Amino acid sequence: MARTGPGLRIAIGVLVAVVAVGLPFQASGFQSLELAYALTFAIAILGLNLLIGYSGQISLGHGAFLAVGGYVTAIGQQRYGLNYLVTIPLAGIISGLIGFLVGLPALRLHGIYLALATFALAVAAPSVMKKPADLTGGVKGIILPPYTSLVPGLSDDQYFYFLCLLITVILFLVSYNILRKRPGRAFKAVRDGELAAAAFGINVSTYKTLAFAISAIYGGVAGSLYATATGFVSPDSYPFQLSILLLVGAVLGGIATIEGAIFGGLFTEFLPIFSQQALTPISRQLANAAPAVTQGIVLLIVMFVARQGIAGLLRQGYAALRGRLRTDAQTLKPAGESPPTGIR
Amino acid sequence: MPLLELNGLQAWYGQRHVLHGVDISVEEGQIVALLGANGAGKTTTLRSISGMVSRSGQMCFNGRPLSRAPADETARLGIAHVPEGRGTMGQMSVLENLRLGAYVRRDRKNVAGDFRRVFEYFPWLAQRQKQAAGTLSGGEQQMLAVGRALMSRPKLLLLDEPSLGLAPLVVRSIVEIVATINRTDGVAVLLVEQNAALALNVAHQAYVLESGRVVLSGKADELSKNESVRRSYLGY
Amino acid sequence: MTALAQQIVSGLAAGGIYASLALALVLIYSAMGLVNFAQGEFAMFSTFIAWALIVALHLPYALAFVGAVLFGFGAGIVLERAVVRPFEKSSPLILVIVTLALFSIANGLAGAIWGYVPKPFPSPFPVTPISLGGVLVSLQDMAVIGITLVVLGLISLFLTRTRLGLALRAAALYPESASLMGVRVGWMLALGWGLASAVGAVSGILVAPIIFLEPNMMQGTIIYAFAAAVLGGIDSPLGAVVGGLSLGVALNLIGAYIPQLADVRLGVALLLLVLVLVLRPAGLLGRPEVSRV
Repeated sequence: MARTGPGLRIAIGVLVAVVAVGLPFQASGFQSLELAYALTFAIAILGLNLLIGYSGQISLGHGAFLAVGGYVTAIGQQRYGLNYLVTIPLAGIISGLIGFLVGLPALRLHGIYLALATFALAVAAPSVMKKPADLTGGVKGIILPPYTSLVPGLSDDQYFYFLCLLITVILFLVSYNILRKRPGRAFKAVRDGELAAAAFGINVSTYKTLAFAISAIYGGVAGSLYATATGFVSPDSYPFQLSILLLVGAVLGGIATIEGAIFGGLFTEFLPIFSQQALTPISRQLANAAPAVTQGIVLLIVMFVARQGIAGLLRQGYAALRGRLRTDAQTLKPAGESPPTGIR
Repeated sequence: MPLLELNGLQAWYGQRHVLHGVDISVEEGQIVALLGANGAGKTTTLRSISGMVSRSGQMCFNGRPLSRAPADETARLGIAHVPEGRGTMGQMSVLENLRLGAYVRRDRKNVAGDFRRVFEYFPWLAQRQKQAAGTLSGGEQQMLAVGRALMSRPKLLLLDEPSLGLAPLVVRSIVEIVATINRTDGVAVLLVEQNAALALNVAHQAYVLESGRVVLSGKADELSKNESVRRSYLGY
Repeated sequence: MTALAQQIVSGLAAGGIYASLALALVLIYSAMGLVNFAQGEFAMFSTFIAWALIVALHLPYALAFVGAVLFGFGAGIVLERAVVRPFEKSSPLILVIVTLALFSIANGLAGAIWGYVPKPFPSPFPVTPISLGGVLVSLQDMAVIGITLVVLGLISLFLTRTRLGLALRAAALYPESASLMGVRVGWMLALGWGLASAVGAVSGILVAPIIFLEPNMMQGTIIYAFAAAVLGGIDSPLGAVVGGLSLGVALNLIGAYIPQLADVRLGVALLLLVLVLVLRPAGLLGRPEVSRV
């Protein structure tokens, strides 16, 4: 009776699991695919969040890692005849290596300068992809074979959704563990003050580049799934706006939270779609402009009133709910979950 | 009525309560010294007057309430604050520093005369007008800071630790110039100074602060005879 | 020789546009240490205002030019006061996010009002080339270079010769000292935003006849402007113009003489940007800190 906390936590966990597993059976094939996209974005946003929220390095160029992942999957299948399931971890590894390399010059850049340099990366990526045309297919890109269900009873789209869900769950558990253990504490120490971290014997350079590499692994895996979902890769699939979109998702979901990435993914996928649909009856022109305007306004709202994002708001709600349940159960322990600090 | 009157001034740095009710008044044309140990609240008193910390209590300057005025407004009312560390604008030239000192002036045509006056007080500066202020020596920067304050034709000059890090001879000449300025231009001065002997020598009135409160006040020459002041601040 | 001169002149014309937008970036960076990612979108929006004044209200070009610049100036001030001000003391990440939000809103609003179909933008300067000692130069190109230099001159005069310009610089570099001298620091930051947006409006109006008017038109130019600003030194107005012009010439020469790199000029510009950031963050003309205690 007295311990309502774990009970509530389990109840929420079960609810989320039921919704996550049940959704594709209620949704159409197309909607399942949309949900798979949302999970893909969630993976990329989680990676970005590890970098920005936990190691304190800004990246406006994460779309470039998605591009790397996508091209690895495409080239791996087309040129080397690899199964696309094999290309997913491969995409993560190669992207992670590139992330490590990007992290090295990033060590010398801080704040606004790192933002500029990574922004440059995002803008340059598409034109770099075009260059080795016989490898990447140039401007036309590469068409990927469609995904097919390997599980009897599941449609192709449902199967792909569950594949994404599985990978998402694995990667979320991995980052949960990273953050709880030594590297996570080192990241936060570096974020909160490099000098102090160094004084505590933390190798600041190692952890900053490590954060870039891990973050890029997530980006690469997400890029691989994104390419498979889309069915082709081309330079135009990775405009710099994609990088901005990921940052928006991370901020909206909640910087320096793990679960925020899920909300970020959902918003990244559905906010443009819903805002466009809402305005289509009024005017085509307004509908086309709606995603950009809503994205900007939502960002400003988050910055003004809820800097810890959706995850932060939910944690506050959760703490309040738990506090109330406890009062009902007449226990006097203070509420445990502290609201996240958000971005500084 | 005094030029500046503080009644029950309280001030905070963030959560830290630094001043616990300070009463000070500065008459027109006076030099008032503010003495006290490190951390007694001298600098905070000056920063409260010029509106750089959050404060409460009654503050009246030239018949106008100061309690809510931000720094730029107190400057326009005629208070020139030479802060601790002199506030030198290092990347700008000496001349630009002085021109900014005159930023609040409305009588633009008299400003040229004030440049001449400042260069008379500080002939060094005249030769270094084009030089970046950051390349001046500490003493020169202190003179520039006083000159810059004069350019605003203040009624009250707040001077924070002019002797900090300077050679004794330089300190003496700066304090003498301040005394001259006070005599000839009638500018009132509120002087915070570690060197109590020097400060009491030029001041008309003096206050002693301890832990954010005034513990002693009076005419400067009387205070310099006071037993506890002599033991604590004059060292003989 | 003539061919080389030709490439340089065309490069200068392109560089003039990068330079004017870079100048806008530098003005805001100098005022508050912030790179305004929305600068290009502000420029685009002001250019649409000019277009509306010309096409809808049938104003003469010169009046529309002035109108758009004034609009940019006012919008810059209002946005700084209303949106940016609460975040003035926040971390770079938050400021970047706020400018990205402004980017999205400006871009979307322009799309909602004027649509995404590219529109021709008039120019009073003929594009027909005239020959100067064998080098073909259009009046359009000369005007771009000339106007950029005039804008730089006006900004420099303002910053160094006027009382307000002096206060603006002091507020940016030494906010505490400036406020002790009676400078309203917050308004000076807003003034910096206003000036930057006004200069940005000029760059938008200059580039629009060449690349057509549409909501995404400045997204290429802003990248080159970033590179130009960083190359020249992101706190130096003169550096921005030197950086912009030399970037324009360098890219044009690369395009002409190294054909393999012709279609990755953007990549070259960005590589340059990253190299300068890593190796010489102060840029070519950025001012190293002068101080002595």
